[in-house]
Amino acid sequence: MPRAVSAASVAPKTHAWEIRAEGLLVRAGRKKMAVNGLDLALGTGAHGLLGPNGAGKTTLIRALATVLRPAGGELELLGTPAGHAELRALRRRIGYLPQDFGYYRRFTVREFVEYMAWLKEVPKAEIPGAVQRAVERVGLADRADHRMKTLSGGMVRRAGIAQAIVNDPDLLLLDEPTAGLDPAQRLRFRELLQELGRDTCVVVSTHLVEDVAAACSDVVLFADGRLVFQGTPDDLAAAGGPEHPGDSPLERGYSALLRHTEQPGGIW
Amino acid sequence: MSAEHASAGLIGAYLRGGSDLPADTVWALEAHLEGCAPCRGLLATAVPAAAPDVAALVDSVRAALGPQLDAARPAPVRRPLAWRPAWAAPAVVPWLLTALAVVLLALALDSSGPPDPHGQVSPLLLVAPVLPLCAAAAAWAPGLDPAHELTAATPRSGLPLLLRRTAAALAAVVPVLLAAGALTGEMAAAQWLLPSLAFTTTALALGSVVGVGRAAAALVAVWAAAVAAPVWATGRLPFVLRPEQLPGWALLFALGAATVFARRRAYAAPRT
Repeated sequence: MPRAVSAASVAPKTHAWEIRAEGLLVRAGRKKMAVNGLDLALGTGAHGLLGPNGAGKTTLIRALATVLRPAGGELELLGTPAGHAELRALRRRIGYLPQDFGYYRRFTVREFVEYMAWLKEVPKAEIPGAVQRAVERVGLADRADHRMKTLSGGMVRRAGIAQAIVNDPDLLLLDEPTAGLDPAQRLRFRELLQELGRDTCVVVSTHLVEDVAAACSDVVLFADGRLVFQGTPDDLAAAGGPEHPGDSPLERGYSALLRHTEQPGGIW
Repeated sequence: MSAEHASAGLIGAYLRGGSDLPADTVWALEAHLEGCAPCRGLLATAVPAAAPDVAALVDSVRAALGPQLDAARPAPVRRPLAWRPAWAAPAVVPWLLTALAVVLLALALDSSGPPDPHGQVSPLLLVAPVLPLCAAAAAWAPGLDPAHELTAATPRSGLPLLLRRTAAALAAVVPVLLAAGALTGEMAAAQWLLPSLAFTTTALALGSVVGVGRAAAALVAVWAAAVAAPVWATGRLPFVLRPEQLPGWALLFALGAATVFARRRAYAAPRT
């Protein structure tokens, strides 16, 4: 009888945290230090990365996805130091959805996800099954053989989520995954997020506080390249009082915690 | 499966259901039935007589499912992953077409009479050494590949993928240049093939530091300023393309290839 579980998936974990950063520095462009001395430790679960525009969320996610090399500090992903020359084994276990991801317009959804599975070195025999599963999980099974250019913005984003989960990653990085999704799709996405967060370390960058409240077990609040707050959504809600601006307890907590950070461009 | 088979009495008890059989016996019998066709046959023939309600249930299920089963078509056989994207960068087609258009343009210029006052150098010879380089750069440059951000985070990103894409780009451009050269008869393959390969490897080597796109642009600019423009003005065969310069090109090719090999890890590394 074939083994239903691979040896790698039952191997004991030898790292304490899926993501561990100490004094992490990451540059965006030549001069700006977008992540500036970040200390962070994240384990399994869905983590919502919140922060104002320009806080450095995208730069942080790109560094976690091993697209950008940290300019300083320590970054350990799944127990492997990132920025290390041999990233191949680590990259096989990462799923990444960039904020604005480019795709090949003439590919069908299935071809696109298949191609990404090939790039992620999913074993050849498993590619068709893995692709079908990923496409079904994001609800695109009926559109699987349509070309990418015929899809709406929300469907393209879901195709992007499908390519991110096609290799069953241990570390899943989603940059603004809910942008362009309609309310029903966002609800479905939150369910998927909760499901994935059970055995995966998921980092979701967003500026929608309600997404975090509904789907994430943990909130990371990030401003000016530094960690402002890390805790559960309830902790975030408890930080705010009635005197802080916002329409929900979470929004009030969010404004309370960000009150002290600098707003270089003035308050908007 | 095994030489031993279930007795008719055991199968009868199983058919009647209820608590006649202990659970472990039921379990063992079902495991045996899964792998033993003769015993399944025995069970099937015993069902209508011994348990008419079971037979009726099975028949009604079959009758209800029948229309759906007829309507269901087997899923189309999935063709294996196309080889094409594994080699050529999926976004490279327009750039390759542009390269081919440049060849055709040069060919047209060539046949429509001498473009320079002296009429000694084919325009084809001036674009041939840098055209494969442009095609190779188009296959990798971040600005031209829309999915570059996605590709950069995958394990396959790195020198092997870069070389595959470069090879595919060269395979598309070089034969066209060869054919064009043969058509005009003015351009010996040795005159431009080695320089073009030398340029390509040099671009890949420099690309490990500054990015392949930028390296290619710089090399094309140098070629245009140092070789193509003077030739256009004077009409003499450029010094660097004379047959006696071939060892120099071979050396450049070897240097470029050695640098690419030495820096092979840099292509997969995250950008700073």
